[in-house]
Amino acid sequence: MPNATATRSTATAAPVKVKSNARRVLLGRDANTVYALILVVILASIFVPFFAGVTTVSFLLIDAVPILLMAMPMALIIITGEIDLSVASTAGLSAAVMGVLFHDAHWSLGWVFVACLLVGLVCGAFNGILISTIGLPSLAVTIGTLALFRGLALVVIGDSAVADFPVALTTFATSTIGGTGIPTVMIFVLIVILIFGVVLHFTPFGRSLFALGFSKEAATFVGIHVNRSKFWLYVASGVISSIAGVFWVLRYSSAQSDSVKGLELSVVAAVLLGGVSIFGGLGGIVGVVAGVLLIRTVNYSLQLAGLPDTVLTIVTGTLLVLSVIAPSISGRLRLSADRKRSKSLPREATAT
Amino acid sequence: MSQNASAPAIHGTTASRAIGRIFVSREFSVFAALALLIIITEVVNPRFLSGQGVKDLLLNSTIFVVMAVGQALVIITKNVDLSVGSILGLTAFGTGSLFAAFPTIPIALVFLIGMAFGAVLGAINGFIVTLAGVPALVITLGTLYIYRGINNAWAGSKQYFIGNQPAAFGNLSVQTVGGIPTIAIAALIVVIIAAIFMFATRAGRDLYAVGSDTDAARLFGIKVNSRTVGAFIACGTLTGLAGVFYASRFNSVGADTGSGFELQIVAAVVVGGVAIFGGSGTVTGAAIGAVLLTTMTGALAALNVSKFWQQAIVGVLIIAAILIDRILSLRTARKLRVSEARNA
Repeated sequence: MPNATATRSTATAAPVKVKSNARRVLLGRDANTVYALILVVILASIFVPFFAGVTTVSFLLIDAVPILLMAMPMALIIITGEIDLSVASTAGLSAAVMGVLFHDAHWSLGWVFVACLLVGLVCGAFNGILISTIGLPSLAVTIGTLALFRGLALVVIGDSAVADFPVALTTFATSTIGGTGIPTVMIFVLIVILIFGVVLHFTPFGRSLFALGFSKEAATFVGIHVNRSKFWLYVASGVISSIAGVFWVLRYSSAQSDSVKGLELSVVAAVLLGGVSIFGGLGGIVGVVAGVLLIRTVNYSLQLAGLPDTVLTIVTGTLLVLSVIAPSISGRLRLSADRKRSKSLPREATAT
Repeated sequence: MSQNASAPAIHGTTASRAIGRIFVSREFSVFAALALLIIITEVVNPRFLSGQGVKDLLLNSTIFVVMAVGQALVIITKNVDLSVGSILGLTAFGTGSLFAAFPTIPIALVFLIGMAFGAVLGAINGFIVTLAGVPALVITLGTLYIYRGINNAWAGSKQYFIGNQPAAFGNLSVQTVGGIPTIAIAALIVVIIAAIFMFATRAGRDLYAVGSDTDAARLFGIKVNSRTVGAFIACGTLTGLAGVFYASRFNSVGADTGSGFELQIVAAVVVGGVAIFGGSGTVTGAAIGAVLLTTMTGALAALNVSKFWQQAIVGVLIIAAILIDRILSLRTARKLRVSEARNA
C-alpha cells in the first residue's frame, strides 16, 4: 500500500505542482474559514435587520480587537505544537498594574504604558523559561500561570477599580476613522497582524516554526533553535497580551482585577476555528483573522436577531467542535478513497 | 546455610523497600504537604481544627474530590475534560429543577438521574473525541461552551434555592456520622472504589496503558477507543454526582454554577501527581491534591493572609507540582539508565 501511493504521487507530481499554488490558496484550510466568513456576512446582511451598516462594522471590530491581538502570538505558539492559556491573565495583570500606577502612584501615562509592556514581557519570559529551558508541558505550565498572573492582579489592585483615566484617551480607544465605522485602533491591530503574517509566512524563522510543530527532533537536526524560538514566542505572547490588556482598560474605561477574565478560551477557539491544527505544524495568519471575525460576526448577528448573549456560547462551541471534526473526517474519507484507488491501481496497470 | 541467612535479608530489604516506596511516592509528598499545611495553620490559629473547622474543610473538599477523581481517570488516558465545570452546572441545575417539578421525588432517584445525566454528557465528549481523533482539549473546550450555553438557555435568570428542596436532601451536607459529613463519607467511598478499580482491575490497568503509549496499547489488543469513552463516561458520572452534591451543599444553583471549575480541577489533579500527558499518577493522589487546594484557601484565611494572595499561591503550587514531577521523573530515568548499564 505505501508503495502504491508513492508511485501514484510521483506519477502525478508534475500536474499537481502546476495546480498547487492556486489550489493551496483556494482550497486550503485558511480558505475554508474565509469562505465561511463571507457566507455568514452575506446571510446576515440579507436576513438580519440592521446588520448591514456602519454601527455593525464598528461594534463588531472593536469587540474583536483584544482577541485579534492575542490570537496572533497564540497562532504561532499552537503551530509549534504548544499552547498558552495564560494570555488573558497576563492582560488582566497589565490592566491591574496600569490602574494602580496611574491612580495610586500618579505615574505619567507614557511610563505606565512602558511598565505594562514590561509586565507582559516578564510574564511571557517566565512562561518561556519554564516551557523551553526547563522543558515542562505548556498546557500544565500555563494553567498554573493563568492562576498565578490572575492572582497577582488581585494582589496588585485588590477589589477596587480604577476608572479615572483621561477622557481624551478613552474616547480615542473607542473612536472610529471618519464615517467608516472602523475603529482607529484597527490601524495598530492591522500592523500587528501584518508583522506576524510576514514573520510566519515569509521569514526563515516563521518556516522553522512549522517544521518545529511537525517534528521537534527533525527540527533540532536541521539546526533550528527549538528552545530559543519557543522562548521568544512566549515573550511575544506576553507583550501582545499586555497591549490587549491596556486596550481593554481604555475601551471600558476601567481597570480591575477581573479585566479580560476568561478570554483565553475564546482566543484558542478562534485560532483553531481559523484552521490552525492543534497538533501543530499547520495554519496561517489569514485563516486566524478570519476565524476571529467569524466568531464575532456569528455572535453579533445572532445578538441582533434577538438571541440572548449567554446562549450564544452554544454557537461558539459548536463552531469550534465542527471546525476540528471536519478536517479530520474529510481526511479519513480521503484516506479510504486513497485505499480504494490503490486497490484498483494494479488492475489499471495491467490494463495499459 | 548461607542461603537461608540471605533469604530473610532479601525479604527484609523488599519490605523496607516497599515502605520506602510509600514514602517517596508522589501521593505521600502531596499528603505530607497537606499535613504540613494543616499543622502550621493549626499552630498559628488553633481554631482552624475546631469541630466546625474540620467539618467545613471536609465539606468544601467533597465536590472537588469527586470531580478530581473523575478527571484523573481521563487525564491518565492522555486526554483531558475541560467541560466538567459546565457538566457540574447542568447536573446541579437539573437537580434543582427535579425537586421543583416533583417535590416528593425520592432522593436516591435524584442521585441516579444526576449521575445518568452526567454520564450522557461525558459519553458525548468521549464519542466525539474517539470518533474524530482530535485532541480532547479542543473537543471538551467546545462542549464546555455548548453545555454552558444549554445551561444558560435552560436556566435563564432562574435560580433554585435550597429552601425549595426537601430538608432531608439539604441535610446530607449538614448531618454527620462520627463528626464527618455524610457527603464527605460518600466522596471517600468514591475515592476508595476508584482506587481499587485503577489498581486491581483489567480495565483500570488498561487506562494506564492507553495513556502511556496509545499505539502500543492498541497493538497489544486493548480496545483503546472503548476504554477512552469509558473514562469520559466515568468522569461525567462522577461530575454528575458532584453536581447533585453541589445542589445539596450550596444555597442556590443557577445559570453560571460551576463555571471556571475546570481549570481548578485540572490543577488539583496535576498537583496530586497525575502527569498531564497521561500514563501515570493515581486517583488517590488527585483526591489529596483536591483536598490540598481547598484546604489552602481555608488555611490562608485562618492564617490571616490577605484573600487577594490566595489565587497567586494556588498558581505557584501548580507550577511547583509540575517542577517536582519533572525532577522526580528525571531522577527515575537516570536510575533506570544506571541499573540498565549494570545489568548489561
